Amino acid sequence: MLVSILRQGDFLIASIHTALDDTEMERFRQDVVTRIGQFRSRGVIIDVAALDVIDSFGSRCLADLAHMARFRGAQTVIVGIQPDVAFAIVQLGMDLDVHTTLDLEEGLALLERLTAGSRTGHSAIGVLGDDR
Amino acid sequence: MATTAEPGIEVGGTDGRLLPELVSHLRQHRTALREEWATRITAAHLLSAMTPHEISTETTSVYDNYVEVLETGSVEALQQYARDLSERIIPRGVETHEVVEIVLLLRDVLARSLFEKYHDDFSLLNEVLDAYEPAANRIANTVAVSFVDERERVIRQQQEAIRELSTPVLQVRERLLILPIIGVLDRQRTKQLTEQLLSGIRTHRAKVVVIDVTGVPAIDESVANHLVQTVDASRLMGASVIITGLSSEIAQTLVTIGVDLNKMNTIGDLQGGIEEAERFLGFHVTRSDGS
Repeated sequence: MLVSILRQGDFLIASIHTALDDTEMERFRQDVVTRIGQFRSRGVIIDVAALDVIDSFGSRCLADLAHMARFRGAQTVIVGIQPDVAFAIVQLGMDLDVHTTLDLEEGLALLERLTAGSRTGHSAIGVLGDDR
Repeated sequence: MATTAEPGIEVGGTDGRLLPELVSHLRQHRTALREEWATRITAAHLLSAMTPHEISTETTSVYDNYVEVLETGSVEALQQYARDLSERIIPRGVETHEVVEIVLLLRDVLARSLFEKYHDDFSLLNEVLDAYEPAANRIANTVAVSFVDERERVIRQQQEAIRELSTPVLQVRERLLILPIIGVLDRQRTKQLTEQLLSGIRTHRAKVVVIDVTGVPAIDESVANHLVQTVDASRLMGASVIITGLSSEIAQTLVTIGVDLNKMNTIGDLQGGIEEAERFLGFHVTRSDGS
């Protein structure tokens, strides 16, 4: 199993368990964005703790995913970026302009804060965007 | 450097029989030759850091080791001895050139005694020297290399110690780390700082890190860039970074390279930085007497 996308209440927890190639990465992005509509999620956690390397395409994909999720009414938090990966991303000049936290627990706490009070705002987008 | 585990010196080639003769000659005149050697060491003002008694003891051991190498052709024992010796004498301030000169002196003293013994028969002398010289040079090489190796080992060890001490990552509150930096930040040290900080964030589960650069006089542009990248990387790991104590020079460097100030959290001094971090984390520090 390369990835898992689990529903946890109003949030999605998407974990990448192993290094993905470009096609798999795009597929993953597509799946997550689709599920956001399906489950009408308000927040997405992307757990990349298992990854020792994230290349420029990968980080670009993650940033895009966050922006796409935002258009579909969900906040995204990327969690568990390893120290080496974090520095590599910065050094390659890839600006991951998304929320990041140390681990899943922190990520959930942040999502709670980010989405507090927005319980009514998103459902329209969720319904409109449900293309499956 | 090819110093270890080269079995056997090619002593004498086909003239292997010369070797026992040579060795027994050196054994026979051990006292005289050793004294001659010691005299020349003193005359050359070498080993001034050691007492005459110590010199005498060490020269005896070196001499015996030397002859043993000639006899067996194996430098391993000598190597071990040279390493031990280096370990003993390096803290005493013995320099590399002294060690090399001393070994070369011994080589010369022994060569002279061979000249003396065989001066009647020139071709025999040549054969003896053919046997002696490669071995003697090999010995000199081994001793010098062992000494330098030992020295480098000590230096490496110290560098390691300095590196580890130079970038402490300290937890002052739950989820709050401080990183006081003192001294010049070069490329190597900045790289190490990044590693220590990022792994510190993970192990301490830090949310805020205060990097205090009060003790850093100036930084160049590449280091400044690296520092900014470190701040970004920390953010990716979910920790905010507050930089305190920026000198006017460093501030100027940061402006010159055009750092985006929205990304950098800077506060005047360490105290202010820690207070800000505490506020961010929800700590309220009050004096117990209420004043």
